[in-house]
Amino acid sequence: MRAFAELLDRLSLTGSRNAKLTLVRDYLRETSDPDRGWALAALTGDLSFDAAKPAFIRKAVEERMDPQLFWWSYDYVGDLAETVALVWPARPGANREPQLSEVVDALRGASRAEVQRLIEGWLDALQPTGRWALLKLMTGALRVGLTARLAKRAAADMGPEPVPVADVEEIWHALHPPYEDLFAWLEGRGERPSSENPGRFRPAMLAQAIDEAVDFAKLDPADYAAEWKWDGIRVQAVNEGGVRRLYTRTGDDISKSFPDVVDALQAEGVIDGELLVMRDGKVASFADLQQRLNRKTVDAKALAAFPAAIRAYDILAQGAEDTRVLPFAERRKRLEAFVAKEASPRIDLSPMQPFEGWPQLAALRADPPPGDPQVAEGLMLKRWDSIYEAGRPKGPWFKWKRDPYLIDAVLMYAQRGHGKRSSFYSDYTFGVWTEDEAGQRLLTPVGKAYFGFTDEELKQIDKFVRDNTIERFGPVRSVRAEPHAGLVFEVAFEGLQRSTRHKSGVAMRFPRINRIRWDKPPGEADELPTLERMLAQMEGR
Amino acid sequence: MIRPQDLLCPKPEGLYCAPGDFYIDPVRPVARAVITHGHADHARAGHGAVLATRETLDIMGERYGAEFAGAMQAAAYGEAVPRDAVEVTLVPAGHVLGSAQAVVCWKGLTMVVSGDYKRRRDPTCPAFQPVPCDVFISEATFGLPVFRHPDDRDEIARLLRSVAQFPERSHLIGAYALGKAQRIIRLLREAGWDRPIYVHGALERLNALYEKHGVDLGPLEPATTGKKQDFEGQIIVAPPSATQDRWSRRFPDPVTAFASGWMQVRARARQRGVELPLVISDHADWDELTATVDELRPGELWITHGREEALARWADLHGVPARALALVGYEEEDDD
Repeated sequence: MRAFAELLDRLSLTGSRNAKLTLVRDYLRETSDPDRGWALAALTGDLSFDAAKPAFIRKAVEERMDPQLFWWSYDYVGDLAETVALVWPARPGANREPQLSEVVDALRGASRAEVQRLIEGWLDALQPTGRWALLKLMTGALRVGLTARLAKRAAADMGPEPVPVADVEEIWHALHPPYEDLFAWLEGRGERPSSENPGRFRPAMLAQAIDEAVDFAKLDPADYAAEWKWDGIRVQAVNEGGVRRLYTRTGDDISKSFPDVVDALQAEGVIDGELLVMRDGKVASFADLQQRLNRKTVDAKALAAFPAAIRAYDILAQGAEDTRVLPFAERRKRLEAFVAKEASPRIDLSPMQPFEGWPQLAALRADPPPGDPQVAEGLMLKRWDSIYEAGRPKGPWFKWKRDPYLIDAVLMYAQRGHGKRSSFYSDYTFGVWTEDEAGQRLLTPVGKAYFGFTDEELKQIDKFVRDNTIERFGPVRSVRAEPHAGLVFEVAFEGLQRSTRHKSGVAMRFPRINRIRWDKPPGEADELPTLERMLAQMEGR
Repeated sequence: MIRPQDLLCPKPEGLYCAPGDFYIDPVRPVARAVITHGHADHARAGHGAVLATRETLDIMGERYGAEFAGAMQAAAYGEAVPRDAVEVTLVPAGHVLGSAQAVVCWKGLTMVVSGDYKRRRDPTCPAFQPVPCDVFISEATFGLPVFRHPDDRDEIARLLRSVAQFPERSHLIGAYALGKAQRIIRLLREAGWDRPIYVHGALERLNALYEKHGVDLGPLEPATTGKKQDFEGQIIVAPPSATQDRWSRRFPDPVTAFASGWMQVRARARQRGVELPLVISDHADWDELTATVDELRPGELWITHGREEALARWADLHGVPARALALVGYEEEDDD
């Protein structure tokens, strides 16, 4: 447990990707089975415990110490798990520190009542960092700034002869923690574990964001195909050996949420595409898709009201043949034939967008043709000769997003941030002008953003907030916002949705601070009707 | 009847002793001062007369120049020095070189001003000596139950593991120039690190002074010369403010470490951009503060600065009447 705790501790404070890789790789090298396998499962998010609920921890700690002293401590630290880890008053005569695998075994097997007793005993035996790691592990949210992919990458590097990360990802779904067969292979002691797991996930190929100023000069338009970038979620639909599954682009299995789509998969093969809500072949808004996402089960009503479908743009396997080694041009032909054969309203083809040169494509992106392209997020560029390569290789695929929408809004509330921003007011609620029933001009909140500014700008905004506070509500301050006194943000966002949760009736997608308008009087910021017009435009294509 | 506040009472300048006519660690220039230790917020220049240990006087002389006060008097640990009707004795506080508690006796009343202190071993200064007293006047810099400083040897071991793990990077340790820096260097030597340690210029004079007082720091090199790659795999010690300064750009991809009790709280480490927090403090942690009160069982506990309310509550719950003096002008450790 100690080595695992130290690993989490260091990961949580290390920003550099390379340093994180070194930390995880060395941990996997120096730790024996099965501990290292459980650690890898925790890092990749493949470990969760149903019986372990952290709610009782607070009660347990308050039974052991003065609640007032605990409260002051919690107030100072700000994070419950960390506070408990630090203040935990260990009962004397504690036993030895548990091994990670011991903890995992016990948590997997124990009932809820047993778990409490076990955890209290472990907290007694561990040091503060170990306690913190244990509490993180229990809650299942490590939040140490490490993606599952990076953890797999570190595993791929751990042996005497590193293997490509795609090789690990390819077999990942056939593996089970604590992955002893994986480590045996990586260390050259065993065969490569079989990826012959029908219905498995294939690691996705991702696109680089294009840098308009640099990339176009180097690219020949004849080498590239263009298609619209759809505003849904990327999925992989697998129908193989009688197993049908729908995965997100990170390999999460979401088949249960989308039985309508899974049922539509008839021919054997694997397609890559965008999951969308579609009515009569037309793409509905992302808000509609959200009605289907994040639901464990679906009822008939949701299925009827929000019919989901796949807009396919690639094919990774056809029958038993792996097509990823074929060039995109060839895969595209295969895909067209495959989708035509499926002949299902649930699976259609993402059309290609022909173009003559970069200037023409830029004009199409700025002013998309009528129909679905109007709600696209932008364009995708794919080299005709590119094979399907896992990861985010530089060059074969680019995404070219539409320019964001911009408005000027007034800062209304600021909230303290988290983690390294916990001393800064870094989360901002901003509003635009509207009129109340009496015709009085006032601000109504339209969104919240917490990034888009530099560290230096954050310091300046933080100072502005402190100097212009009107009221404080816990971690939130209301800030002076009048026509001639206040702070204006130029806010960038990707789209608008109608919202019943917001008083203004609109909600922004992906808002961020584009620019700070120190120069602009708040009275000249935008008005709600401007947003309403934008929304009407987005809806009424 | 003699009341403690007749002997010592808080004033804007600091804690004042009327029967002896002196202040303890005054934050403004006064006629007569007793100085517990050399940290700048406790030891200021410009007093008429100063009573302190020889080491503390040397530290003040190094910082402010030989003429830092009108008159200076050195007291050895344990030597009772009369001040008018009062007797002052300096006893070790275990904080930094020369640090002392001020034991003030008058008409059978004994009050102990701890200054800053810690209870665990420090290879650069003698250990805290508990003195039975009627009133114990304690600091409370780390007066919250979240502060439980680990064994400093474990922290140094973690640092050395990181040095081995990242041989192509340098390790840059932020450590307060007086006390912390020398303790870190000494701990590294005890852990077997016998290679040169590179030090920032601001540490050189105090390092020399520690050596003069018998603390062997081993081979030290200035961190200002040499090429970038010379610092790969090396350990550099610098004042905390320098670690994020442009000064640190001369080192190859440094792992920024910071040796401080505040590093116990993750958010504090993140705020400072610290990649390797080392929880090493020259102050008593919560367990040391409470154990000291428990051991001394004074008639009253007064608390000078820090997180007074939590320690006061603990003392009240444990039957020791406590009072927060809320003295101003003392900084938190490493808040430079």
